[in-house]
Amino acid sequence: MPETALRVVVSGLLNGSIYALVAMGLSLQYGVARVLNISHGEFIMLGALTTWTLHTSFGINPLLSVAISGPILFAIGFVLYRTLFTGLKNRSPSPAVFEGNSLLVTFGLLFIIQNIALLRWSSLPRSYKFLDSVVWLAGSAFRLNRLVALAIAVVVGVAFYLFLTRSRPGKAIRAAAQDPGTAGLMGININWVLPLCFGLGAFLAGLAGVLISMVYQGSTPFMGLSYTIIALIVVVLGGLGSITGSFVGGLILGLIGSLVSSWDMSFVLIAFYAIFMILLLIRPTGIFGKK
Amino acid sequence: MGFFLLITIFIATFPLYAKLYYVRALCTILMYIVLAVSWAMFSGPTGYMSLAPAAFLGVGIYISAVLYGQNEALLPLPVVILIGALASFILALIVGLVTLRLKGIYFAIFTFGLVVLLSELILWVELNINEISGRYPRYVSIDIILYITFGILVATLLTAYFIRRSRLGLAMQSIGGNEEAAEHMGVNTTMVKVITFAISAAFMGAIGAITAPRIVYVHAAVAFNLNYSFLPVVMAVMGGMGQFYGPVIGAIVLAFAEVRLRPFYPYYYMLTFGIILITIIFFLPAGLAGLIQRLGDRLGGLISKLRKGSEAEQHANT
Repeated sequence: MPETALRVVVSGLLNGSIYALVAMGLSLQYGVARVLNISHGEFIMLGALTTWTLHTSFGINPLLSVAISGPILFAIGFVLYRTLFTGLKNRSPSPAVFEGNSLLVTFGLLFIIQNIALLRWSSLPRSYKFLDSVVWLAGSAFRLNRLVALAIAVVVGVAFYLFLTRSRPGKAIRAAAQDPGTAGLMGININWVLPLCFGLGAFLAGLAGVLISMVYQGSTPFMGLSYTIIALIVVVLGGLGSITGSFVGGLILGLIGSLVSSWDMSFVLIAFYAIFMILLLIRPTGIFGKK
Repeated sequence: MGFFLLITIFIATFPLYAKLYYVRALCTILMYIVLAVSWAMFSGPTGYMSLAPAAFLGVGIYISAVLYGQNEALLPLPVVILIGALASFILALIVGLVTLRLKGIYFAIFTFGLVVLLSELILWVELNINEISGRYPRYVSIDIILYITFGILVATLLTAYFIRRSRLGLAMQSIGGNEEAAEHMGVNTTMVKVITFAISAAFMGAIGAITAPRIVYVHAAVAFNLNYSFLPVVMAVMGGMGQFYGPVIGAIVLAFAEVRLRPFYPYYYMLTFGIILITIIFFLPAGLAGLIQRLGDRLGGLISKLRKGSEAEQHANT
């Protein structure tokens, strides 16, 4: 019995840490940059599939491929915000209109990115094997890649937390999250901070994609949307804009998922949505949300 | 009126000379018009972005698949369609009542979740309790499907037109303008939102009930396809919601492209679709209908300028 419990906890933490990475990215994009990015999952998919290509065609270690795909995705996110969303913001009469329009623009991005990926990779599931030796932990078997992914996700999560709370750019980001107008008046370059957030969100999505391709088999260009939905759930769970909330929320959702799936696999998604909708009704600002 | 008569004659005689494939395509196009118009009925003036069309359509499809199944038709088709409309109406009423406090983007997230929740829930019930994965609705000949679809479309258009001109339409526009101010002016915002949301859902349910026999095999992933949520939104936005006919134009253009191009160039079609969507949001915020009006204005200006010019010429001659 304790072995099953350990198994449930570890696999829950693993899924949860990936959810946390994905949700932290979305939280930066919506909480600070005010773009509810429906195409968030597509960046995850790009991270996963470029890793597959780099590994199978060029023999590059998946962990190193982050160094290639990460900066590229960051740049794409940064440029997208700097051009597309800033332009949209200047055209929108009110923040509410901007939120609605940017949501629609990310729909467009979803279709564009997904279909470019389909043209490049087709709809075949892509898998590779990496670090799949078995490790015994307190009487249970785990794949090494799962544990490595867990460690990386936690390290990156903590590093991000420290970056946001301790560093100057991090402080600028938090100030912009509270009130972009006033932050701008205080000498923060908003035209630089908001694209930075969007780019970092894309980077985190890409990193999560690398880990997902390493741990789960069969990445396809269609994999993005389900992760977007999970990220939305986690972000609502933790509170829109709260990075700590997204991290903790991700871990909680992962634990709930593995607990439910130990009872009935097919019920996991239903449980997620049920929690999500109840939470939206009872406490739309989330566990860590303010106001 | 004459225009409407022409359309009716066209639809009525279409199955006589067109191939089955084109009749089915026409049904798809009409279905998208109903979805886009009924979406714009609520979301256009209020600004609440609902991503739930797929949920209401799916409920209609499932009601029809259950009550009008292959082996046993429990009820006649028109009754099934009415029940489909009623079921979506009630679901929207409940959703509307509980999500009232959710403003702006939260409403979009909630309705987005609703589609996937219903889809997963129905799939789970079908697999674990009914022990089937999908259902086969009873056969209905394609011309009857076309006529009923057209009937639902006419009802949708009339309702949308009259709501737009009624006090309800004005109340919705005031909510879209400034909800708090509307409330202070004495608009019962809760009532207005819930009622119009439910009315718009009823048409989606009705069109779903008649769509079921057309798609032949009903499965949760087919009935609650998220594209049925995304596409009507895009169609309405592309057509422009400032005019009554905007969503109709958007739906005709996109649904036609979808039927003609998507089966042959699925990836390039969706890619272009995304690019066009972004372009429209950027450069045509009032949609195609806005563009038509602007062109019309410019043409009118040009004509009156010419007229003035010739008048001045005459003046000079005399």
